[in-house]
Amino acid sequence: MKKSNTIIAGTMVAGAIAVQGSMTGSSAQASATEIRPFHVNIPQKKLDDLKRRILATQWPEKETVADQSQGVPLATMQELANYWATSYDWRKVEAKLNSLPQFITNIDGLDIHFIHVRSKHKNALPLIVSHGWPGSIIEQLKIIDPLTNPTAYGGKAEDAFDVVIPSMPGYGFSGKPTTTGWGPEHMARAWDILMKRLGYTRYVAQGGDWGAIVVDYMGVQTPTGLLAIHTNMPGVVTADIDKAAFGGEPTPAGLSAEEKHAYEGLVFTYKHLGIYQMMAGRPQTLYGLADSPVGFAAYMLDHGDHDGEPAAAVLTALNRTSSANGELTKDEVLDNMTLYWLTNTAVSASRIYWENKGGFFSPKGVKIPVAVTVFPGEQYQAPRSWTEKAYPNLVYYNVVDKGGHFAAWEQPRLFAQELRAAFKSVR
Amino acid sequence: MKKSNTIIAGTVVAGAIAMQGTVSSAQTGSSAPAKSTEEIRPFKVHFSQSDLDDLHRRILATKWPDRETVTDETQGVQFATMQKLAKYWAANYDWHKCEAKLNALPQFITRIDGVDIHFIHVRSKNPNALPMIITHGWPGSIIEQLKVIGPLTDPTAYGGKAEDAFDVVIPSIPGYGFSGKPTELGWTPVRIAKAWVELMKRLGYKKFVAQGGDWGNAISEIMAMMAPPELLGIHTNMPATVPAEISKALASGKMPEGLSSDEQNAFKQLGYFYGKGLGYALEMGNRPQTLYGIADSPIGLAAWILDHDISSYELIARVFDGKSEGLTRDDILDNITMYWLTNTAISSARLYWETTQISTGGGFFDSRNVTIPVAVSVFPDEIYAAPENWARKAYPKLIYFNKLSKGGHFAAWEQPQAFSEEMRKAFKSLR
Repeated sequence: MKKSNTIIAGTMVAGAIAVQGSMTGSSAQASATEIRPFHVNIPQKKLDDLKRRILATQWPEKETVADQSQGVPLATMQELANYWATSYDWRKVEAKLNSLPQFITNIDGLDIHFIHVRSKHKNALPLIVSHGWPGSIIEQLKIIDPLTNPTAYGGKAEDAFDVVIPSMPGYGFSGKPTTTGWGPEHMARAWDILMKRLGYTRYVAQGGDWGAIVVDYMGVQTPTGLLAIHTNMPGVVTADIDKAAFGGEPTPAGLSAEEKHAYEGLVFTYKHLGIYQMMAGRPQTLYGLADSPVGFAAYMLDHGDHDGEPAAAVLTALNRTSSANGELTKDEVLDNMTLYWLTNTAVSASRIYWENKGGFFSPKGVKIPVAVTVFPGEQYQAPRSWTEKAYPNLVYYNVVDKGGHFAAWEQPRLFAQELRAAFKSVR
Repeated sequence: MKKSNTIIAGTVVAGAIAMQGTVSSAQTGSSAPAKSTEEIRPFKVHFSQSDLDDLHRRILATKWPDRETVTDETQGVQFATMQKLAKYWAANYDWHKCEAKLNALPQFITRIDGVDIHFIHVRSKNPNALPMIITHGWPGSIIEQLKVIGPLTDPTAYGGKAEDAFDVVIPSIPGYGFSGKPTELGWTPVRIAKAWVELMKRLGYKKFVAQGGDWGNAISEIMAMMAPPELLGIHTNMPATVPAEISKALASGKMPEGLSSDEQNAFKQLGYFYGKGLGYALEMGNRPQTLYGIADSPIGLAAWILDHDISSYELIARVFDGKSEGLTRDDILDNITMYWLTNTAISSARLYWETTQISTGGGFFDSRNVTIPVAVSVFPDEIYAAPENWARKAYPKLIYFNKLSKGGHFAAWEQPQAFSEEMRKAFKSLR
């Protein structure tokens, strides 16, 4: 991970920019735009409490099937719980986070946490990378160095990015909204404020999952300086296809092979919407996720990619203790779960589903340049035909052969290569 | 609650009836002789103090989320309601009272089709009493039915006549309460319906009626479709009456033209439930095992149970806000505590999964093909209030239809007197 001395300069520049928005009390005006350094330091007693709760889990009986068709199998959860309580070490990821420049700044009344790493290369392209649910900044840690320091990873100096990785409101170390209105469109506006506050006048944005929807809305809002977006979960599904897939109807006639494959992915996704319907309709009812570490861990594992449910990539990760090329490991999966637990964000993170007024995979009307990478394990694989229609200014489209919903986390090298290629034309 | 001495006789009679079915194949080890599998054993509830202490400790140690960002229930069970519930649960609630109430009733266990079935069985002192099997649903249990036992078996003590009397059989659905948890697949409402017929026969009943709401309705309707000669008719307080064209229209979200005001009301209620209120059922239908959080967190379980449907939630939430209509705090916590102590959050949810496996894609309330006599009581706060013309279409032999002025999804539990009067009127013509 790269630590940059130029951060301080960045925050100073930012400090001089006036804040727009809704701060109450003019005395807060000057401090509202302040960018404060941030370090993670979880008290030991919180970690002890987590361990105690995991060991005291009241377990249900085993599922009545021999596979995962009723949900995350008991044996999987018990093995994970055992490792979580006895072998997992949160302090490692805490140290990793604290080796990165992290900050908090207040936007529209809410503290926004972010990692900000500037490249040593002068003409680095500023990039904001937005995670989704059940992700966090933990997903992006492995792409920071390849993006900011490309020459160490087979890239060229002119491929370099400055990266800004914010925690979404209600997630991780960002504040939890106490009022309504923090949907993806609001987050999109906040990300632009953040980039401007950091002194960036031209930048690009990247996202998957909710992050993809946030960057789509940024593309719709077209703030000055936003050159292009890259998405690994593109919104390209037309209303009629979406409706048919939601209703589980047979594949419509006249679809090409790749469109048919996409359609099947959507049908699979929509068949496994239970957790999302709860979060969209009744997020507050999920007290069990806030109170039970194992309950929350199971809910997160059952994310439901086209890659299987739980996603094959995540299940494979649970059996991987180390990786040479940055593939997902068991510790990383637990880093993310533990972050949610320690920040008590199971319910606050769910509220974005309740807040969301638009669709998930629907075209949002993005007219600025868009780059798309299609990963094989994503919820659905966006066909080029649909993608070209949804994004009239498509500057890059590539189907890669590995990686899933958590692309940056699962295949960080490949992901970084994609971003270099994707944004080449807009530098 | 009524205790009956005639139970013992009942169990003896039952013990003599031969068993049909597939028990032996589901049993491991054939050492248990066929006769003992149909034995009806008396049952008492007892939980150790350490189980209760553990629950108490967990409630107090709840890790809470922050409060909702709205001032109403639109994001789910409200934080203030849950905190009041937790406080009462930990500080005032006494499970032993419920345990004593249950143990004052004749309870039994008998093995049917490989699973232990727990049931309450109270015979009326009236020898001509009509036998009735009452089935609860999710997130209910036998706790829902306790208040109707007296009025049904001993009507003269509750403003009824001797000839209104029922013998009542109140089983716990497999995976629920004190019944066994199936470890093999296939315990759908169809299999449960078959088991209920077997149970009634084993108890020596040559003719009986069935009643249910929620899953209890599905099970009773399916029993009626099987139409065993012993089953005279059914009563439902959650009828499945939605016509095919309405079900289709609900999927598209467009209300058809020309509906009566009752139909429009039902359409809106169903639209709301399918659109916003069904998340829990979808999750239980697809991924029940993933719900580790409600097995591990008493407060998580309580909130999940409270949020069954919007009207039920309002009926229950008001109780914790000090209003006393319908249920009491103890009623609500008796039921939740039973789910907790029996660790049945997930085993009960599997009924949704099992049903999903045999689903042909229709809605919960789509009409079935029930041709034996059916009686319907419509409680206004049910998930939807079935219009009479839909009920007539769904049940060609509709023998009784009545709309009540109050009560909701848990009708027997909330309005036991009105519910019992409904049973008397509903089944009068079948006696």
